[in-house]
Amino acid sequence: MTVTSPHAPLPVEPPTGCPFDPPAEFGRMRIEEPIKKISLPDGTWAWLVTRYADIRAILGDTRFSSDTTTPGYPLSGMTGGANQQNRGFIRMDPPEHTRLRRMVTREFMVKKVEALRPEIQRITDELCDAMQSAKLNGAESVDLVEALALPVPSLVISLLLGVPYEDHALFQGLTGKLLSRTIAKEEADAARSELRDYLDRLVTAKEANPGDDILSRLIVEQQHAGEITHDDVIGFAALLLVAGHETTANMIGLTALSMMGEPKTAQQLREDPSLIRGAVEELLRFHSIIRNGPRRAATADIEIGGQLIRAGEGVVVAVPSANRDPEIFENPDALDVCRPNAQHHVAFGYGIHQCLGQALARVELQVVLATLLRRFPTMRPAVPIETIPFRTDMAIYGCHELPVTW
Amino acid sequence: MNITLDEDKCCAAGQCVLVAPEVFDQRDEDGIVVLLDAQPPAEQHAAVHEAAAICPAAAIQVHA
Repeated sequence: MTVTSPHAPLPVEPPTGCPFDPPAEFGRMRIEEPIKKISLPDGTWAWLVTRYADIRAILGDTRFSSDTTTPGYPLSGMTGGANQQNRGFIRMDPPEHTRLRRMVTREFMVKKVEALRPEIQRITDELCDAMQSAKLNGAESVDLVEALALPVPSLVISLLLGVPYEDHALFQGLTGKLLSRTIAKEEADAARSELRDYLDRLVTAKEANPGDDILSRLIVEQQHAGEITHDDVIGFAALLLVAGHETTANMIGLTALSMMGEPKTAQQLREDPSLIRGAVEELLRFHSIIRNGPRRAATADIEIGGQLIRAGEGVVVAVPSANRDPEIFENPDALDVCRPNAQHHVAFGYGIHQCLGQALARVELQVVLATLLRRFPTMRPAVPIETIPFRTDMAIYGCHELPVTW
Repeated sequence: MNITLDEDKCCAAGQCVLVAPEVFDQRDEDGIVVLLDAQPPAEQHAAVHEAAAICPAAAIQVHA
């Protein structure tokens, strides 16, 4: 039964003139009604949770299901929201979630990712070289999203999945199209299907001739043992691509824009690169780019923060609100790159679904931030900041475009 | 200080390794947490408490 819900929807608009701040409603909700009903695009409702402690309690409790087919699971209807087909393990519960996630956890171990740092630096340097060349050849400005933010994670994922060098341009073109808002829906759909076909061919090629990459190891160790199928390997590839691309790309854009707006902080980081690691944690907290969840469905009656959530009811947690909760983060609306507890943020989620690729994301952001500060100390937006298009319409926040000059 | 781990809970997020690399490591096969020092010296205690606090799976127990 669908009844049109009388509640307000999930707030998504930042306060006027403050594109980096979460919707102002969250501040009021944390005080007045920290677990509150919101309407969903399909006319039903779900609980919106805005306090840090309640959000950790929910995400840390597996009785809140991540499976989109669980009764009451709140579907977002937002671009980039939950996809019913080929859900991948991020939309599953234990034990199946645990079984599949553990097939790839070692690929994202801290030491494994640290070993990739020189390659990530090389990728970043080459893209920065290309930006310099464009400028020397007369370009008045460069779109940082297109020139750096999108290609860095795309090339890093190519590396991990074992996409051959000669396919990099094709792969990057397809992944870029998926995230573009300026191309028609038909073209984006065509790119999605072309990418799926590409990944299918890639997995087939790895089956015939395994290499030193994630897909080959999944094939040799799991597919050959009958644990997963050819299609599952494609699913892993698609999940790692989707999870690691748009998120990192948007954090790169917002990170760069933050530094352009805070020259004192930028100078502090240039002078003391040992602060970069903490700065990235603070930027993750401050920007909290996941704007439509995570989402869960209660499978039991559970009391959270004095509110009873019943089995079959949906829950939407507001990561940007948790990360600006003054109960946890002093002066939460300030960007403080030396904040001692910045890493307590839930920008990567919390609980057993916490971002698998977080160590990789951290290294990518650390490398890009340090490199931009060093190589482009005078970088500034090439347009007034009010005209930069922000992704208030998307599940992952950021800038659609970021024209810069220096 | 005495640290115990619940390996079954661990989801291999690796945050403990970032915060306290002298106390925690990850198993090569699957990234699951490995304890390098169950009774670390005092200078590690703050980092261990931090690791336990941010562990997304609550897999690290710190006993006095």
